[in-house]
Amino acid sequence: MTANAWMQFALYFAVLLLAVKPLGLYMARVYQGRLFGPESRLGKCEAWIYRLAGVNPSEETGWKRYAVEALMFNLVGLLAVYALQRFQGALPLNPQKLPGVGPDSSFNTAVSFASNTNWQGYGGESTMSYLTQMVGLSVQNFLSAATGMAVLVAFVRGLSRNSAATIGNFWVDLTRSTIYILLPLSTVLALALVSQGVVQSFAEYKVVSVVDPIANADGSSVTEQTLPLGPAASQIAIKQLGTNGGGFFNVNSAHPFENPTPLSNFLQVLSILLIPAALCFTFGELVDDRRQGWAILAVMLVIFVPLLIACQLSEQAGNPKLAALGVEQTASATQSGGNMEGKETRYGIVNSTLWATATTAASNGSVNSMHDSFTPLGGLVPMWLMQLGEVVFGGVGSGLYGMLAFAIIAVFISGLMVGRTPEYLGKKIEAYEMKMASLVVLIPCFVVLTGTAIAVLGPGLEYHAADTSELKGNLNNPGAHGFSEVLYAFTSAGNNNGSAFAGLSANVPFYNLALGIAMLIARYWLIIPTLAIAGSLAAKKVSPVGLGTLPTHTPLFVAMLVGVVVIVGALTYVPALALGPIVEQLMMTQ
Amino acid sequence: MSAQTKARPLFDPPIVRRAIVDSFKKLDPRHQVRNPVMFTVFVGSLLTTGLWFQALVSVGEAPAAFIFGISVWLWFTVLFANFAEAMAEGRGKAQADSLRQARRDVSANKLAEPRHGAASQKVSASALRKADVVLVSAGEQVPADGEVIEGVASVDESAITGESAPVIRESGGDRSSVTGGTRVLSDWLIVRISANPGETFLDRMISLVEGAKRQKTPNEIALNILLAAMTIIFLMACVTLLPFSIYSVDAAGQGSPITVTVLVALLVCLIPTTIGGLLSAIGIAGMDRMIQANVIAMSGRAVEAAGDVDVLLLDKTGTITLGNRQAVEFVPVDGVEVGSLADAAQIASLADETPEGRSVVVLAKEKYGLRGRNIHDLHATFVPFTAQTRISGVDIDGKQIRKGAAEAIEQFVGERGGRYPAELKQQVEEIARRGGTPLVVAENDRPLGVIYLKDIVKGGIRERFAELRRMGIKTVMITGDNPLTAAAIAAEAGVDDFLAQATPEAKLKMIREYQAGGRLVAMTGDGTNDSPALAQADVAVAMNSGTQAAKEAGNMVDLDSNPTKLIEIVEIGKQLLMTRGALTTFSIANDVAKYFAIIPAAFATTYPVLNRLNIMHLGPSTAILSAVIFNALIIVLLIPLALRGVRYRAVGAATLLRDNLLIYGLGGLIVPFIGIKLVDLALVALQLT
Repeated sequence: MTANAWMQFALYFAVLLLAVKPLGLYMARVYQGRLFGPESRLGKCEAWIYRLAGVNPSEETGWKRYAVEALMFNLVGLLAVYALQRFQGALPLNPQKLPGVGPDSSFNTAVSFASNTNWQGYGGESTMSYLTQMVGLSVQNFLSAATGMAVLVAFVRGLSRNSAATIGNFWVDLTRSTIYILLPLSTVLALALVSQGVVQSFAEYKVVSVVDPIANADGSSVTEQTLPLGPAASQIAIKQLGTNGGGFFNVNSAHPFENPTPLSNFLQVLSILLIPAALCFTFGELVDDRRQGWAILAVMLVIFVPLLIACQLSEQAGNPKLAALGVEQTASATQSGGNMEGKETRYGIVNSTLWATATTAASNGSVNSMHDSFTPLGGLVPMWLMQLGEVVFGGVGSGLYGMLAFAIIAVFISGLMVGRTPEYLGKKIEAYEMKMASLVVLIPCFVVLTGTAIAVLGPGLEYHAADTSELKGNLNNPGAHGFSEVLYAFTSAGNNNGSAFAGLSANVPFYNLALGIAMLIARYWLIIPTLAIAGSLAAKKVSPVGLGTLPTHTPLFVAMLVGVVVIVGALTYVPALALGPIVEQLMMTQ
Repeated sequence: MSAQTKARPLFDPPIVRRAIVDSFKKLDPRHQVRNPVMFTVFVGSLLTTGLWFQALVSVGEAPAAFIFGISVWLWFTVLFANFAEAMAEGRGKAQADSLRQARRDVSANKLAEPRHGAASQKVSASALRKADVVLVSAGEQVPADGEVIEGVASVDESAITGESAPVIRESGGDRSSVTGGTRVLSDWLIVRISANPGETFLDRMISLVEGAKRQKTPNEIALNILLAAMTIIFLMACVTLLPFSIYSVDAAGQGSPITVTVLVALLVCLIPTTIGGLLSAIGIAGMDRMIQANVIAMSGRAVEAAGDVDVLLLDKTGTITLGNRQAVEFVPVDGVEVGSLADAAQIASLADETPEGRSVVVLAKEKYGLRGRNIHDLHATFVPFTAQTRISGVDIDGKQIRKGAAEAIEQFVGERGGRYPAELKQQVEEIARRGGTPLVVAENDRPLGVIYLKDIVKGGIRERFAELRRMGIKTVMITGDNPLTAAAIAAEAGVDDFLAQATPEAKLKMIREYQAGGRLVAMTGDGTNDSPALAQADVAVAMNSGTQAAKEAGNMVDLDSNPTKLIEIVEIGKQLLMTRGALTTFSIANDVAKYFAIIPAAFATTYPVLNRLNIMHLGPSTAILSAVIFNALIIVLLIPLALRGVRYRAVGAATLLRDNLLIYGLGGLIVPFIGIKLVDLALVALQLT
């Protein structure tokens, strides 16, 4: 790896890890309700929200009601975003006079933003009005992230409470996540991004003369360009912080108005992992044993860092087939070298691979380079990070509760190996927890594999163009790479990531519907078993720690948990990956 | 009958023969469906067999010989798993049979009324019902489990316990329970039968080792869920591989889609068949090890819970100390000669047949040359111990010589207007602090001094407690002694805590407190007054010599009546879980190698380049079969481990996990690479010849 890569990675992790403890502690205090008393100004504001919504903040609920409230709240958000898109043509804040969005695309987008996936079958600047972007998509960015955080906090309460019947109040957790954590952080980041040149405007798109006219395919000269504008910075901030990833513009953070400078790039890629990493500390603090939080963070890093390095090495090495043609692919003072197809020269290899791995490790899904153009191995890394179940950082809240479900399975196996009924944080892991944790692991696998299988059997390979009814192929690439494109799409939707391999024409009824269903199942069918575990654990007694208890904060347990996550992820997807990126890589290096 | 305590050879020929027959009987789908992993293999075997027939009679999806080879080994996989279960059952049955043999064809004297001398009638033991009353005379066998309601007799229990010394069984008290199959040596007993035929401890035990009736334990259910989940995941991975393969053939423009036979082979290799096939054998073998330790468990749940115990409540007497306290010193007070104290103490103890009393006589004789005298020659009247007075002694020549607990003697002396000197109080406390039991001797209104009775801590017990501590188990000594004495003995024996002046209520309260704190409590008991505590404890081991009530309250019965057996029980419980965990890890780790064996071969025609992943360099036609054969053979090879259990060492959880991960995790990664390669080499060699 180049010295440049080492330095950039080191800087990234140093800043990230330095932020973990202060932010994690802050969030823990927020959820403990110890930070903003009812007398403080923010506390009064919080109380006012509850009064307005008719919520009694001191009333806690069991897991079932918590789940019903979370699901109903998300359903309302989903319907609102659907309606906004359908009727945006008749609504204000639409300077480009964009028409209402079609039903299948609206459904897909509504599910996508409610489920914190932010898969985008549409192109932002050519589809969505400012109103839809702001009131629909941005608001969902906040609320879907806050839902994930609320479910996590409820889950942690389940682990830390002793013989309790309740796991908290969904509305309180949702409100606190939003107003004390997501809003302040987003405000700061949005202003920082504006300072770097990210647009924030209600003006209509600007038509400008190009500096260097180019010739069209038909020989005519292109002299004008439309520059899209909009309230972008405010949406981009939460898109990164809330692991949403839905870009304001079609090419996401590769767009110069969305991500103009190296500093804006650094801030954005930092905010992808910021909250998921800090939540590990919050978890440790909330269960009153910080070592537990550090151990989980260590598990995530132990998986993440080698994969990042693998991706970087593969991209920096470039394509041997091109090298054979005499293309210069070594890094030098004037070029970053390696495989630069689909990457911004502003960011080069290092910032592209860092972004690609971070955005897929977290269930963010924003991109600053096109993953489709990565080398097979370089593209396998983001795909596999998602296939691990979005638990290596993962979505805000959802990543950690997914990881804790894996921890339950790891604890179960290792507990057996030391001859004791397994316990995690003093809670006995029994048949019910295993059933629910198994569901958490099973469902994404099921969605990804079944969806891909249906698609490649035919429905996902060809479609009739809406205007001409002409039969077109969905896949831009034939062969194994085409398979990777379909697999990536379902992997992304089935794990609520939202990044696209591109190369796949996904804005067609089949993919809009199939991926929409995949996102729905992957998000909400995991929230239910997760909360079920929380409810069951909360009701249990806490067993005191003894010599016979397996410690879950040691390097040994970290290794065990890494093994369970990697092996379950690897074993499930190896056959599929063998027919996609693996065979591609072997062919490329043949 | 000491045979049952010896380890049975692992592969006893008659058991193996019966197990082989049973392996085929267990092919019944109703049996297979109980185990989701093996049922999947079963269905896969049926499917490939069907495909083989298809290949024979018309065009098959692959060469008939290939499908045949895979089918045969899939059936072997099922049979090997059946064999493992049948072996464990066979060993358990053999164990139970040898216990049961003892009371075959016994006839019983059934009494019309529950009193000695009532009209009796000869009936077969198997005809006896609960609450029937029988007379058992010298030389006869006790026909069934029951409780002595009249009589005292010495009983040979060697058939059950392997212990040759006879024991006393009598009505009332804590030695009233008799077990079927034991023999009355002297006198007679009237026994009320406590169990219907088929419901005795042994019958329950036998049903626990028989797979069909065995209830799954909580941990086994949880593990089964995990295994089922993994089976479903791999089922999805394999089923979707067919469309993936069809697409790939289309995209690559060469080769043919993966065959169903190969998909079934891949599926069977990936799902956790090793643990799935051995799971019930492990459970049965755990019960079997309990019987070998002469412990009868009432449920598999109890055996499993034993591995989780955090707190062990142990009775001091008989467990931590030798049953009897011994007099080691006479401490006179108030200027009394030590000799006259010894004399008085000896006289007071002459008629006292308790071991403590005898030890006083012996000490006086050995240390002060006082010969034991006959109480009748002295014309003395014996005053026995009663619960009210709590003192005993003799009346001789107008003198009232008494010994007893300090408070009781203080009261005795006080009633006679005597003085209870402060020096005596000091001496009493001093002895108590040193862990002894002070027994005060008084003559009329005058206290003479104290007898120092000492508890003798059993040899080696300290080390056992240290071992328990390393296992993470806290030991609590239960004693009726006062706190001072208890503390001293607790320190000497090395227990972690003690409960002094224990009453049944105090014991029960203590257990509840520990349980409320999330701990799992184990205890042993034998008396009727132990029953509430036994019923409350999570793991309750009743002594076979104890009362019927105690046995019913407990969830295990120790035939040897050895209170330290709890330690072995905990180890067996832990072994049971560890074996399951180790084999699960091994099973999952195996999959990595199997992918490397099967994937390149499965897609050889579509993507020949995948052969670069064939790092074992397996033959193109034998790779898949090699993996399937290895997968089947490993079940047989691990049967000894499943039956014997993974060895438990008291080294703390972290060390255990590290060692087991290295052996079964890392080993599970590496072994199949070697094993599959060896099978492949053998297959290639066979095909060449």
